Amino acid sequence: MSAHSIDIHRVAKLARLELSDDEATHYAAQLHRVLDHMDTLAKLDLSGVEPTSHALPVYDVVRPDEARPGFSQQQALSNAPKSVLDQFQIPKVIE
Amino acid sequence: MSLTTLSLTELRQKLTTKEISAADLVRDVASSIEARNPVLGAYLTWDLDAALKEAESADLTQPLGGLPIAIKDNINVEGQPCTCGSKILAENYTAPYTATAIQNLRQAGAIPFGRLNMDEFAMGSSTENSALGVTRNPAALDRIPGGSSGGSASSVAGSIALAALGSDTGGSIRQPAALCGCVGMKPTYGRVSRFGLIAFASSLDQIGPITRSVADAALLTNHLCGFDPRDSTSLKESVPDFTAVLGRDIKGLRIGLPKEYFIDGLHPDVEASVRKGIAKLEALGAHIEEISLPHTEAGVATYYVLAPAEASANLARFDGVRYGHRSSSASDLMEHYLKSRSEGFGPEVKRRILLGTYVLSSGYYDAYYLQAQKARTLIRDDFTKAFEKVDVIVSPTSPTPAHKLGELTGDPLQAYLEDVFTIPANLAGLPAISVPCGTIAHEGANLPVGLQFITKALDEATLFQAAHAFEVG
Repeated sequence: MSAHSIDIHRVAKLARLELSDDEATHYAAQLHRVLDHMDTLAKLDLSGVEPTSHALPVYDVVRPDEARPGFSQQQALSNAPKSVLDQFQIPKVIE
Repeated sequence: MSLTTLSLTELRQKLTTKEISAADLVRDVASSIEARNPVLGAYLTWDLDAALKEAESADLTQPLGGLPIAIKDNINVEGQPCTCGSKILAENYTAPYTATAIQNLRQAGAIPFGRLNMDEFAMGSSTENSALGVTRNPAALDRIPGGSSGGSASSVAGSIALAALGSDTGGSIRQPAALCGCVGMKPTYGRVSRFGLIAFASSLDQIGPITRSVADAALLTNHLCGFDPRDSTSLKESVPDFTAVLGRDIKGLRIGLPKEYFIDGLHPDVEASVRKGIAKLEALGAHIEEISLPHTEAGVATYYVLAPAEASANLARFDGVRYGHRSSSASDLMEHYLKSRSEGFGPEVKRRILLGTYVLSSGYYDAYYLQAQKARTLIRDDFTKAFEKVDVIVSPTSPTPAHKLGELTGDPLQAYLEDVFTIPANLAGLPAISVPCGTIAHEGANLPVGLQFITKALDEATLFQAAHAFEVG
């Protein structure tokens, strides 16, 4: 029995995924099993250890604020499933 | 005889002496694909006309002049598809720009030709998570080629590609290379630009070659690496000629065997092959000693917190607005997101997005994500300490030989645990290579085993030197 309880519907909504009830049960059970394994991390002595987000040092990268060639509007829209008036089209947001 | 079994160096000789033309070579590769891809399923698509056009103007004076190289289907080449093995990009997406790694290859004269199958968004170790087809292991057709770069390894081992590019986030170049019996190399994190590689876990992803020999891998790596201002994690380091070290002996080279890598879950025949390989290294004059990487066991848990967390953020871009699948049945914007993503992503991608979203969500961030980032520090420090004593670390690449298709699909955790030997190099950003290390007779098939070499960051030269000495020794 897993010590974890995931509100799978809440997580799915945060992730913008729609799950059927069967899928929700299935994924929740699998994730519980994975999270049980992740409890191995809780056994490590991590007091005073600095977190690593990149293996090698990462520096801020800056460049002069000058216009450079980029995508044309046409290129940017070339893969859009729906576009209208040279813009991306989405479902109506404001009534 | 097909040209596709020859090394890149041999083919370059034929091209420069005009024994064959670049177009001959492209046509030869294409006819191999047409003959054997229906069985192997390594390629998703290939555009012969475009490659022949590029062959016409190929600069044969360049180091890779006239060589067609096959590309994993998550690296953008302008005008070509780039599906990531996903339904979400299989429609409505043609790459509008070209990855830096591909530009570098082209600059060296190579021709990107053919798109290779993969686990969806590089999530998996079997290529069974592709939404677009089954890829088979040339060594045993009822078995997985490994993954996620399974198409790359299958095409190279099956001689329907001369060489291929893959990407490696937790072993996705090295493990399929090991299971198919070819060479797979992951450079130091930051050596190869990630610009144009569709992101899975940005702090771990790295492009690298899959080839039939260490020499071919060294040659390709020469022309993949280099600083790129379009990747903020690209390293401003000079790139040595990695082929210069080929042929140097390894007398006195200090090789460490991490005791934590020779564990219960390691298949006994794989271990026997690897031990034989180690004996060969010793016979070649290397000094072998046992070392300890004490936090190895935490690697899988660390990786499966950090990589899904990064993936859940990276894959938020697939919203059905700018590119990719868009649901036709949504009535408002929220429904549009939910349905477009749920219809487009497959089960493993959904599983990892859910896991990543959970470990980053309020109340769990400290317990999982922050803990994993700290564990990553310990894993990296293990390597730093080990490399004070040894030059190279050697281990099995995968704990098991290739599974049968369908054998592991029911149990994600079991599949994740098999990444135990490849994950640490990604977490520590280190270069690593898998080299063929014999075959084992297993359930009526002869299955390849891979030997993994790891060195400290930016020391690919020693990596290639040791791997080449092992390969030819």
